[in-house]
Amino acid sequence: MTDTVISIERLCVEFDGAHVLEDVNVQIHAGDVIALLGPNGSGKSTLIRAILGLQPLDHGRITLFGTPLRRFKQWQRIALVPQRLPGASSIPVSVWETVLSGAISPRTRWRPFSRAEKNAAIQALHDVDLWDRRHSRLDTLSGGQQRRVLVARALASNADVIMMDEPTAGLDAANVAALARLLGELKAKGRTIIVVTHEIDAIESLVTRAIVLAPSEHHSVQYDGPPPVPNTFAHDHHHHHDAVIDEAPPVIGMEP
Amino acid sequence: MTMIWDFDFMRRALLAAALVGLIAPLIGVFLVQRRLALLGDGMGHVALTGVGLAFLLGTAPIPTAMATAALGAFLIEFIRYRSRTAGDVALALLFYGGIAGGVLFASLAPGRASSSLNSYLFGSLSTVASGDLWALGALVVTVLLILLFFGRELFAVSLDPDIAQVQGIKVRAMSTLMAILAAIVVVVGMRVVGLLLVSAIMIVPVAAAQQVTRSFRATAALAVVIGVIASVTGLVGSFYVEAPPGPAIVIIALACFAILAIVAVPIRRRRREHS
Repeated sequence: MTDTVISIERLCVEFDGAHVLEDVNVQIHAGDVIALLGPNGSGKSTLIRAILGLQPLDHGRITLFGTPLRRFKQWQRIALVPQRLPGASSIPVSVWETVLSGAISPRTRWRPFSRAEKNAAIQALHDVDLWDRRHSRLDTLSGGQQRRVLVARALASNADVIMMDEPTAGLDAANVAALARLLGELKAKGRTIIVVTHEIDAIESLVTRAIVLAPSEHHSVQYDGPPPVPNTFAHDHHHHHDAVIDEAPPVIGMEP
Repeated sequence: MTMIWDFDFMRRALLAAALVGLIAPLIGVFLVQRRLALLGDGMGHVALTGVGLAFLLGTAPIPTAMATAALGAFLIEFIRYRSRTAGDVALALLFYGGIAGGVLFASLAPGRASSSLNSYLFGSLSTVASGDLWALGALVVTVLLILLFFGRELFAVSLDPDIAQVQGIKVRAMSTLMAILAAIVVVVGMRVVGLLLVSAIMIVPVAAAQQVTRSFRATAALAVVIGVIASVTGLVGSFYVEAPPGPAIVIIALACFAILAIVAVPIRRRRREHS
């Protein structure tokens, strides 16, 4: 439990002079299941993008598996579950192709997919209970099913660290439950999981650590510890989210 | 058909058309997925400057156009990367420059160069020399080898560039590779289909195929079938009606699109009932 997989020190990120992330110091250890919480604009997605090298840093440093981000090469150890794939709506892409694409990497350029890689994709599709839909066009599946396909895609990559961007946003109760069950299995396998979310309730029992971000002049991290999040930090967005759930079902794909 | 096969120039033109029909949709499928359907169009315009330059300098058109189009590919990717907002205006400028440069250089060239520019704009049955065929063959083999090794990475980038980068894929290098592949297709297609319509043979077969397919691989395969059918029958048709082949090929590809649009309705309905 003490292996540090992601180390973030004094991280600052600015957009056009606005401080999105201020002085973030977080150590993430192997086996952690982290809920990254905070209202819109608090920098949750920016933090994830920074960890993945998609967002330039203004200050601070990030280390992945002991290697500085700039020199990190073992990207197969990290997988991101996005909310959707922008390219999957213009040309038909099958569920199977989507899941198997998790195994694509420059390392495998000179050979076809191995038996092991295909088996991992097959297993992943069974894990998310969508094996029967493997030949379907991805964009003909429901929002919840598509999200499960993207989770399967991350599973097929056999990564040690799995990051999920708002995995439960817009899902119905059944799909949220399926996702929570899947997270439980991943946790049991010792994977490190980081879930960006507005809503911790569905997965609270699995979460080992909650990190709450908020816009701030000094420190973006408002709380970093085991759940439940103390009310002083959770108050605002909890109420906001309850309102969304009660009054109108969220629409898939609306979150930025 | 025996009549057509009797002419050496028609045999060469048919082979060249089949090669274009084969590789153009294979590149087009990535362009459509990345929403870059017009990239091939622009590349054709840039290649025209190469043709004009070849007339002016007396060099061979295919290598000169290839060099210009490849340079254009780098420029386009550079512009797209550098200026997110003004990107399409910058691209438009490059494309206008391509056509203007081509026509200008060709009219400055000695002899009847500017009148033969027409055959590069809309394609021609009689301009494929046997040396050209070897050059086209080499370019097609190059494209197929690149796709064999880099196809999966190009696919990942076109699904989601951010995710692809997290998979360790060099996204910018792949984007540039994509633009260069489009440039090669433009040059392969310029003799038979012509530079103004060559991008249609990249895009229309893909647009037609994706109406009835369910996977990327099947879309690419069906698009290639449509591409080859349209290129070959369009070429044969243009021989009989004595029209330039480019427009004939594109009209047949569009007809394939229309037919598949009609066929797609019952297919989709049945699939919905199935799932």
